[in-house]
Amino acid sequence: MWFFLVSDALTFGGLLCTYGYFRHQYGDWPIGEEVFNAMPFLGNGFPLLYVALMTFILIVSSVTMVLAVEAGHRLDKKGVIKWLTLTVIGGAFFVGSQAWEWYHFIHGSHYGVILTPELMNDGWATIRDVAGGGFSLDYGHGQMITDPALVSQYMAEPLGAIQGANMIENEYAPMIPQFGNLFFFITGFHGFHVLSGVVINLIILINVKKGVYDERGHFEMVEKVGLYWHFVDLVWVFVFTFFYLV
Amino acid sequence: MLRDDLDLDKEYALSANHDEEHGKALRKKIWKVTAILTAITIVEVITGGSIKQYYEGVPNSSWWIIKWAFIFLTLVKAGYIVLSFMHLGDERKNFRYMILGPYILFILYLIFHLFTEATYWGEIIHQ
Repeated sequence: MWFFLVSDALTFGGLLCTYGYFRHQYGDWPIGEEVFNAMPFLGNGFPLLYVALMTFILIVSSVTMVLAVEAGHRLDKKGVIKWLTLTVIGGAFFVGSQAWEWYHFIHGSHYGVILTPELMNDGWATIRDVAGGGFSLDYGHGQMITDPALVSQYMAEPLGAIQGANMIENEYAPMIPQFGNLFFFITGFHGFHVLSGVVINLIILINVKKGVYDERGHFEMVEKVGLYWHFVDLVWVFVFTFFYLV
Repeated sequence: MLRDDLDLDKEYALSANHDEEHGKALRKKIWKVTAILTAITIVEVITGGSIKQYYEGVPNSSWWIIKWAFIFLTLVKAGYIVLSFMHLGDERKNFRYMILGPYILFILYLIFHLFTEATYWGEIIHQ
């Protein structure tokens, strides 16, 4: 298992280094807390909160996995079943949350971005509601155009418009298509790992329930899948830092 | 099982189970690590949510401190996960170095190589 994990870690290391490559090349990069600020049922305006919850759930599911392994060493079948079930639930919750994150990322902000003849942010501005009616243009980094006449003139004849994100363009960084590609590829690859982890944990859980490891006299398999599960958590710690925090 | 290392050290046998008392100590350690990981994550999110990279379009000149603090905290978290949860810290020394040594060496090389190249290309593109 360790050798597989090292090779898998090299894959993720390579992907994250590629991400770093493009960030260094472009210099200007979208800010995580501005891109990911939505919360289920509550709307926007909650920077990093949901992804922090996801991170916390993944860490907790890692903890329940350690506890399952520890119970296995005491040949405590009931304990293993309890903790492994919680691990599977935590993992499933994480995959679901990631699907929600993706939906929001693809769907984009309410109005999307438009291209305007301005120098700020290469002319790309996010359309925002103004309290009491009307719109303003947000060029990021706290630069706004609020003059109603200018805003409506730019909105009437935009030089270009993007809403949401796909593999070709994205509204979060209109000049950097790689931002969307890297987000989809790295979090997708990680999400696929989580999904396989949940399935593998489920198979082991069924085996435990059937008494396969009682017969063997040891719960070594729980420990092995545990290693894989911790690895998935480990990768997410890095993805979380480089996509959302820094 | 024909492995002489297992004759020398029973701790590595598949049947090396532990009793309740040992388990209690282990669980205490697990909860301690959990508390540390949770605390780090909370600190990271609060810092990330309250300190901005830009104020009114002007870059925050001390952002680099926050950035490196995040990277340092991430490495601390990763260390706890690998050494404690994946119990690499309890494995034999040679095995530990065999897993970590080549990996860290290769990744450091990759970071140096790619980032140097990226900075160079960035300068050309921005000219």
